[in-house]
Amino acid sequence: MIQEAEGIVTGAMETILAISATAGPDIPFVRPEHESLVELGRYKKRGRMIEPAGELTNDEACSLLEAVGRDGDIQSFETLFRYYGPRVKAYMARLTRDPNIAEELMQEVMITVWNKAGQFEATRGNAGTWIFTIARNLRIDAYRKNRRPDFDVNDPAFVPDDTKSAENALADRQDATRLKDAMKDLPQEQIQLLTLSFFDDCSHSKIATKLNLPLGTVKSRIRLAFARLRAALEDGK
Amino acid sequence: MNIRHHLSDELLVGFASGTLEEGWRLAVATHLALCPNCRARLTLMEDAAGELFESISPVPIEVSSFDRLKQRIRNGERNRSASPRQPTEAVKMVSPPTIPEPLRTYLGGDLADLKWKSLGRGAYHIPIKLADRSTTARLLRIPAGKPVPEHSHGGRELTLVLRGSFHDGELLFARGDIEEADASVEHQPVATPGQDCICLAVTDAPLRFSSWFMRLLQPVLRI
Ligand SMILES: [Zn+2]
Repeated sequence: MIQEAEGIVTGAMETILAISATAGPDIPFVRPEHESLVELGRYKKRGRMIEPAGELTNDEACSLLEAVGRDGDIQSFETLFRYYGPRVKAYMARLTRDPNIAEELMQEVMITVWNKAGQFEATRGNAGTWIFTIARNLRIDAYRKNRRPDFDVNDPAFVPDDTKSAENALADRQDATRLKDAMKDLPQEQIQLLTLSFFDDCSHSKIATKLNLPLGTVKSRIRLAFARLRAALEDGK
Repeated sequence: MNIRHHLSDELLVGFASGTLEEGWRLAVATHLALCPNCRARLTLMEDAAGELFESISPVPIEVSSFDRLKQRIRNGERNRSASPRQPTEAVKMVSPPTIPEPLRTYLGGDLADLKWKSLGRGAYHIPIKLADRSTTARLLRIPAGKPVPEHSHGGRELTLVLRGSFHDGELLFARGDIEEADASVEHQPVATPGQDCICLAVTDAPLRFSSWFMRLLQPVLRI
């Protein structure tokens, strides 16, 4: 079983790129309930499964990431892996039906989390967002051949924030809690549009076609969703 | 800096989700470097995506998966960055670059290093090399005070001002401002007198000569 698994590792990213190039980024991925069960069955034959950890608060996740970054603590890393590994893999699986590709991309994400955990505290107070951002960047790099230009906060021409820098990590963590609550209150139709946008690589016009909605409706629902979230965060201040 | 013209939700979502093609992404990222306001909006979107990510239905993973990961860590893919990243201490240079990253790297230098190609009548441009061919990007220098004939676009166009400014009807676009135009937009931009206007312009590829600066130059180039 282990050998089978290690066979997959050979070639790592090159293989992923080659396979995903043929799979293409545009596969509509609407995962029916039963499909994940089929997949589960397939895995059961191959090896013992990790039970995905069900609960991890943001504070816990932040402490674990700090322990990994500061001390290279492998046990903290394993706890993070049990919680986030299955989620990262689920995110990767939205653009590919091949579980091996999803697995390899998840491995790449988690090794990056290990490598970059030391940078976490200085960036932002939300562990889930931080890991998601790493996963998203790796996914873009795997599925898109072109470069991924980004701004550079260390560039002397960069215009820094005037207020945000003064805020501390605690305020950021309170924001994270408020945002979590606000997301729970969003109407399902708005959650659906955000999911299609962020997880399924759908542009506004693609969503409009997919859901048979006017483009204007898609735009206004998305605008509304962010306006609600912004208002919820500002209410808490 | 006082930026008045910002990114649409659609462009920001495209940036946050990674669906934007390289050329659009270059313009969006360069605006973000200059605009704390849009970065705050981006942060909210990324946090929202992070929350969705927390509530995604997890997919099972084999026990051997973590063993492999541990093996990779042991094999020297070690924790390289145990020290936290230094917080941004803005290096006080005598004069900071005019062109921010990521655009500066694409151009290979700041304004003083650029090799402009003359288009005649005081206008210059520098085509920007992109790996992705679905868009065309270029840096443009429009002569100060030049009016541009009214026209409409054949496709989508993003124009980001880096130095100087231009008027489009009632609207003024200055450093950091981004103008998003599509086929339905009729506009008549005029570079503000006093200083040449330098901007990054991204269009759908192949380059459509209907974009306003090319309209300006079409008679000159006879294209
Ligand atoms: Zn802006």
